[in-house]
Amino acid sequence: MRGISLTWLSVIVLIPLAAVVAKSFEEGPAAFWDAISEPEAWAAIKLTVISSLIIVAINAVMGTLIAWVLVRDEFRGKSIVNSLIDLPFALPTIVAGLTLLALYGADSPIGLEAAYTKAAVVMALLFVTLPFVVRAVQPVLLEVDQEMEEAAASLGAPNHRIFRSILLPNLTPAIIAGCALAFARAIGEFGSLVLLTGNIPFDTQVASVYIFGRIESDNVTGAAAVSVLLLLISVAILFALNLFGRWRSRHERG
Amino acid sequence: MSAASRLQRFGLRGIALFYLTALLVVPVGIIFWKTFEDGIGPPLEAITSPEGLHAFWLTILCVGIAVPLNTIFGVLTALVLVRHKFRGKAVINSLIDLPFAVSPVVIGLALILIWGQDGWFGGFLEDAGFQVIYAVPGMILATIFVSLPFVVREVMPVLQEIGTDQEQAAETLGASPRQTFWKVTLPAIRWGVAYGVVLATARALGEFGAVSVVSGKIGGQTETLPIFVENEYTNFNLAGAYAAAIVLAILALAVLFSMNMLQRRARKSEDSGDDGDETPVTTGVFVPHPIEKEA
Repeated sequence: MRGISLTWLSVIVLIPLAAVVAKSFEEGPAAFWDAISEPEAWAAIKLTVISSLIIVAINAVMGTLIAWVLVRDEFRGKSIVNSLIDLPFALPTIVAGLTLLALYGADSPIGLEAAYTKAAVVMALLFVTLPFVVRAVQPVLLEVDQEMEEAAASLGAPNHRIFRSILLPNLTPAIIAGCALAFARAIGEFGSLVLLTGNIPFDTQVASVYIFGRIESDNVTGAAAVSVLLLLISVAILFALNLFGRWRSRHERG
Repeated sequence: MSAASRLQRFGLRGIALFYLTALLVVPVGIIFWKTFEDGIGPPLEAITSPEGLHAFWLTILCVGIAVPLNTIFGVLTALVLVRHKFRGKAVINSLIDLPFAVSPVVIGLALILIWGQDGWFGGFLEDAGFQVIYAVPGMILATIFVSLPFVVREVMPVLQEIGTDQEQAAETLGASPRQTFWKVTLPAIRWGVAYGVVLATARALGEFGAVSVVSGKIGGQTETLPIFVENEYTNFNLAGAYAAAIVLAILALAVLFSMNMLQRRARKSEDSGDDGDETPVTTGVFVPHPIEKEA
């Protein structure tokens, strides 16, 4: 049984990814470095990382806020809003891109022609990463004991103080985990960006679109080098989250 | 509740709802409006064109092969990871999440390097007259890759929760491992499996990046619905792009709906069960759970 499941995982996932790593180092580390530091590649990587950091910061705040409203607030239609959160996961990325293009493209119905700009990159990434922080924080918030907050409130602590000193420390691990997943998703995002950003080199071209271009023009080594960089970042995040999760569960057990 | 904190509560609710409306509801609403702007004729025509229909059936074919295979693999792997102890288990457990974390384009490139003409295995296959890349088999492989972790990840926590008491009881009463699996384990994890299948189906239906890299995007041959959307858009056939997008959006809404229903049923069947633990079987999280505690 173990054999079957390892074979499946290897054939489908591990061997192909190993081939990418092998390809990128085929001509030595110097060629790898050249492929990454090539100006167009470097501009794409920089844009990807910076926009991903921006959306992570926004998600940390808005995701926590939305999770709080969904758990602590009561209003009509809350369950609908709650299911809506998963929409970006369920909606195919190309459809997400097309919807944003319909909204921000030429003759935008709201008069906001943001397509083919860096702002559009950020908008698309915000759309696809919305659920991560919300869904990471929600279950934790459900489990938090409200007695401490009530005690603090009865002692006259203002709400923002209660949030900062009591709630936030409890939520921080979940927020960090959600942010890490959102970041990992954002640096690799492709489908929602390919139509929306116009893919202008040195301006709106993100790393994944750069890789796609290199594959199409048969520059596989260049594509593989940038791929390996993205791969390293995502593996590092997975690994860090795993360590963090294990450290935390050991910590909690005392 | 004091007036000030009520005001704060309304304020937060307002911000949350405004953000969600601006980010999600308005864009998705616009696409419905744009599609049916000129009536139902043009979108219907585009989607029932030979190419549109072909894309639809090819999508169904990819999903129909990838999801069942990943379901079998998923249940098997979840059993191995939860019930067995072996060296390197933690590493395997992390590697399962790779398809969540890797960029779709990188997945596509990886498949080309293995199964393409100059790939590790692709060369032999092509000599034997079997083309994988820029053909349907490659697209199926890409779909399997991206939808691989869902069933594993949904079944693992359920297996951890049910424990081995009932399985051991069955064994003591003389049930064969096969009987134990079909009569005891599988019924206990069925909601987890169902939920994983729904998530995997959603991902498989909508996958664009990985499938598009290995497809070669040959109209009427290697186009799935998401690729059809892009091709129609870049060929300035907006009606076609919007129509296919609507079909995908409706499928996405159906997925959301079944997620909700499954969660409710899973919770109900658990409430009526013997232990009154109120933790839902599934968290409703469509994200990987690398933080899940080790068993």
